[in-house]
Amino acid sequence: MSVLRPQKKKPERSRRKFLAVAAVAGGSVALTSCGNTDDTPVPTGANMRPYGERAPQEKIRRTIRELTASPGTGSSRTPLQDLYGIITPSALHYERHHAGVPAIDPATHTLLIHGLVDKPLVFTLDDIRRFPATSRITFLECGGNSVGEQGGKFPETVQGSHGLLSGAQWTGVPLATVLREVGLKPEAKWMLAEGADACRMARSIPIEKALDPEVLLAYGQNGEALRPENGYPLRLIIPGWEGNTNVKWLRRLHLTDQPAMSSKETGYYTELRPDGKAEMFTFVMEARSVITRPSGGQKLTSHGFHEIVGLAWTGRGKIRQVEVSVDNGKTWAEAELQEPVLPKALTAFRFPWRWNGEETVIQCRCTDETGYLQPTREELIAVRGLYSGYHYNGLRPWRIHATGEVQSA
Amino acid sequence: MHRVLLLLLLLLIPVLVQAQYELGRPATSKEIQAADITVMPDGRGLPVGQGNAVAGEPIYKSRCAVCHGPKGEGRKGEYPALVGGVGTLATPKPVKTVGSYWPFATTVWDHINRAMPFNTPHILPPNDVYAVTAFILHLNGIVSREEQLTEKTLPKVAMPNRNGFVPDSRPDIKAHR
Ligand code: HEC
Repeated sequence: MSVLRPQKKKPERSRRKFLAVAAVAGGSVALTSCGNTDDTPVPTGANMRPYGERAPQEKIRRTIRELTASPGTGSSRTPLQDLYGIITPSALHYERHHAGVPAIDPATHTLLIHGLVDKPLVFTLDDIRRFPATSRITFLECGGNSVGEQGGKFPETVQGSHGLLSGAQWTGVPLATVLREVGLKPEAKWMLAEGADACRMARSIPIEKALDPEVLLAYGQNGEALRPENGYPLRLIIPGWEGNTNVKWLRRLHLTDQPAMSSKETGYYTELRPDGKAEMFTFVMEARSVITRPSGGQKLTSHGFHEIVGLAWTGRGKIRQVEVSVDNGKTWAEAELQEPVLPKALTAFRFPWRWNGEETVIQCRCTDETGYLQPTREELIAVRGLYSGYHYNGLRPWRIHATGEVQSA
Repeated sequence: MHRVLLLLLLLLIPVLVQAQYELGRPATSKEIQAADITVMPDGRGLPVGQGNAVAGEPIYKSRCAVCHGPKGEGRKGEYPALVGGVGTLATPKPVKTVGSYWPFATTVWDHINRAMPFNTPHILPPNDVYAVTAFILHLNGIVSREEQLTEKTLPKVAMPNRNGFVPDSRPDIKAHR
C-alpha cells in the first residue's frame, strides 16, 4: 500500500531523531509504523532463501474435498477469487485424484510405448528431456467442474463453484515427436494412456488427437518440474480437453485399434441425457466465463468504482468476446480482454463499474472464435436435463446485496 | 493451391514416419507383458482364468465388503454402491452403478484389477478377479451363482446398459452468434 501513497515531505529533524531512537528501542514497532518512503533506518532484512516462500501474510489456499471415505479420491480447488492473471501458481493448481498422489522416483521412472507400433520403446526421463521441447500456456479444467450447478446446487464462492480450473505453462516434448520414434502401424486408431498411480488410471485417446502437435508429454509446469500432485515426473497435456484425459504420472502408452472402455470413459466422465442414454468421449471443454471479483463470499465495502474482473476460456480455440451485465441481464456491454489472448488458455477480462449501492445481479458471458456463445443454465438444462453433470458451462450470476455482500444468484 | 499443399504433405510423409532422434531403448517382450494390463471390451488382454460367484463371495466378504457393504449396497456419501439402479437411468432419480450403468463386464474386471481393493490394489490373482467380478455381477442379477466367468465368457456377458452410450453430440446448445 505504502508505495501508492504520495511522496512524504522530508521529516523534520526532531521527528527523525525520535524515530531513530524508537527503531533502536523497539525495532518491530518502528518497522510496522514506517513506510518505505522515509529514510528511517531499518534492520537488515532476512537472508536469501534457496527456494522461495510467499510472504507470511499471504494465506490463500486450495480447499480440499474428499469424495469418499478413503482419502485420495477427491479434489482440491483453486482460489480463483484471489488470483491475478492467467497463470495459477503451481502450489495452488487444482487437483483431482482417484487413488492419491504416488511418490515416484524420477531416476527409475520409465514410459513404455507399445502395441500397434513398429518398434516398442522404453524411455527414461532423461530420454524424454533430450527431445526438442516446447512450452505452452493452457487452461486445465476438470470435466466435473461445477457438477452440482445443473441440479441447482450453487456453492457460495467461485472457488467452490469453478475451482477445478487452473492455468499453467507446461513444458515438454510434443507427443507426436515421440510417437514418430516408435512408428505407428496403420491400424493404430486409439492410444490408452495409463498413470503409475495406485489405480493405474487410464484413458483412451483417439489417434488424431495423439498426433496433434499441441499435445505434450510434459515434465515442466510454470518453469520448474511438475508438482507431484500434477503428475510428477511426466504427464499428458491435451490443451482444451477435459482434465481427466491429461493423464498424470504417465507410465504407459498402448496403441490399439479400439478404445479400451476403461472405467473412467464409461462409468465416469460420460453424460447422462434425459432419455437415459449417455454421451461418451465428450472430450472438449466448451466456452465458459466467470466473474472472479467481486464474487460470492466477498463484500463491497463502499459505493463507487469497482473493477469487475474474471476469466474466460474455451477448448475450441480463442475467446473472441466477453460481455458483462450489471443489471440482472437486462443489458450487456463488452469487457476488455487482457492480453495475451491465447488459444485454449485462460483469458482475463476487465470491466470498470460504478456501484450505486443498490442491490443488483452481475454476470458475464463469452463467445469463442467458433461463434459459440456460452449458454444460460436454463438453455443448458432444456437440452441436457438435470443429470449430465460433467461439462456444465452455464452462466454464473452473482447477487450484490445493498449491504455489499456478494452471493450466488 | 490444394495440389501444392498435397504435394508438400506427400513430401513430408517420409520425414514424419522416420525416427529422427534415436532416443529410448527397445522394450523386451517380457517387460511389455509385465506392464501391459490393458483389457479390451472384446476380451483381448484378459489373462486365462476363471471364477464364479460361489468362489467370489468369500473373497468379497474378506476384501471388499468393509467398504462397499456386505451386499454391495455401498455407504452413502462414503463408498459407491456396486448394485442397483437398473431401469432408473431415464427417470428423475437415476442411479449409476456397475450394474445399471457400466456397458462392459470387461471394464468391471479391469477396474478391479487396476484399482481394488482400494488400499492394496494389484494383489488379487486373475482367478480371484474373475470370481469377485462374478459375485458383483451376480448381486446385480446379471449372472447366476454358478456361472463360470473366463477370458472367453466375460466379454459375452450381457450388461443391462450395453447399448446405453452414444457419441458426443456437442455443440448441442445452439446459442451461436
Ligand atoms: C478401503 C475401501 C475399499 C475397499 C476395501 C474396496 N474398495 Fe472398491 N472402491 C473404493 C473407493 C473409494 C472407490 C471409488 C474410487 C474412485 O473414486 O475412483 C471404489 C470403487 C469401486 C468400484 C467402481 C464402482 C463405481 O461405480 O465407481 C468397483 C467395481 C469396486 N470398487 C470394487 C471393489 C472390489 C471388488 C473390492 C474388493 C476386491 C473393493 N472394491 C474393495 C473403496 C474400496
